[in-house]
Amino acid sequence: MQQYQEIIRNGLWQNNPGLVQLLGLCPLLATSSSLTNALGLGFATMLVLAATNGVISLFRQHIPNEIRIPVFVMIIASVVTAIELLMHAYTFALYQSLGIFIPLIVTNCIVIGRAEAFASKNAVLPSIFDGLMMGTGFCAVLATLGAIREILGQGTLFDGADLLLGPWATVLKIELYQADSHFLLAILPPGAFLVLGCLIAAKNAIEARRKARQQQNTSIQRARVTQVSSS
Amino acid sequence: MLKFVSKNALLLGLAAVGCVAVIAGVNQLTAPRISAQSQAQKLKVLKEVLPADHQDDALLAHCLQLNAVEAFGVSPSRMYRTQVGQSAVYVTETVAPDGYSGNISLLAAIRADGTVLGVRTLAHKETPGLGDKIEIKRHPWILSFAGKAVESSDDKRWAVKKDGGEFDQFTGATITPRAVVGAVKRAALYIKAHPELAAMATGCSET
Repeated sequence: MQQYQEIIRNGLWQNNPGLVQLLGLCPLLATSSSLTNALGLGFATMLVLAATNGVISLFRQHIPNEIRIPVFVMIIASVVTAIELLMHAYTFALYQSLGIFIPLIVTNCIVIGRAEAFASKNAVLPSIFDGLMMGTGFCAVLATLGAIREILGQGTLFDGADLLLGPWATVLKIELYQADSHFLLAILPPGAFLVLGCLIAAKNAIEARRKARQQQNTSIQRARVTQVSSS
Repeated sequence: MLKFVSKNALLLGLAAVGCVAVIAGVNQLTAPRISAQSQAQKLKVLKEVLPADHQDDALLAHCLQLNAVEAFGVSPSRMYRTQVGQSAVYVTETVAPDGYSGNISLLAAIRADGTVLGVRTLAHKETPGLGDKIEIKRHPWILSFAGKAVESSDDKRWAVKKDGGEFDQFTGATITPRAVVGAVKRAALYIKAHPELAAMATGCSET
């Protein structure tokens, strides 16, 4: 049970793929121009991560150490291709809005990173769970980034959600404000870097504050030092 | 040593065969559905530029392949022939090569006399928030082509308002609408000048 708690903590916060490991920046920055796109790629990545982690963990005893990387690459590429074909056939509308991003998942280093760091050393169930949690962490960062960029750049939320979820989702679209000219930079590629930078800074600030508070609790002297410096 | 290497090589080969087998299996399973889906999608896009009550189930079969890069921006280009009322209508692909950032690919339904029935943007790389108003889901601008007829190559009305024509430009983006207007105009002029298209044999090579 403790192992699972550790996996949750690692995936969502401590070792978050988007904010700490900074793996998979290429799809992260390319697809986060709107919340809808971000959620779509986030879910697809989560699915791929869980599936590849599961498969690799299943075969981990049969894969010799020397050739593990090429085998991982093959497994990941096959799983992504299979998912792409299945999506193309059975969820065509979703494929249309996400189609170009799916092959990008292969280039996402987080997938092979988790295969190497976790799935090749752990049992099947924890591996799948690790894939899910890492995917959730990635998806959360992607969605936050997408939401911020969409609000700043377009003044909307969930624009185009119907392409992802079906016609009913048009009601989800929220028009937050109307402006003659939006903050265009947020939607353009540099905006992705700027917003991601702010998110990482915010995470580090929260972390630092938490650490300071812990020290305050453990040692009284330290507490006085921080009080002096803050006044 | 040799035994060790060949064992690994064999395993690697085995893994490759396994992966290929999985993909081949999934491909076999999904191929018919995928081709049906993309045909349906193509037909849906073509129908968007035609009048709403238009019915022609054989539309995709009446495909003409043309080599006229000066009119359509690509070669070879495709158009689909159909009948609306009494006159022949061509649904043609056309490309505006002079967009703000690269090609703008368009689909236009044009009557044999040069009247435009409808235009849609298929793909573009224009600036988000400025030039992307040529997409129907962002702005109704592209609908302003419907019913417009081109008379001759020096038709003054076929330009953006800034250039003395009839089409609106967008604030901060003139090059994009100018490129789209120019591309539709060239396509319409070509169709107007080539009445022999009505009798041309159909058939497109597979992409």
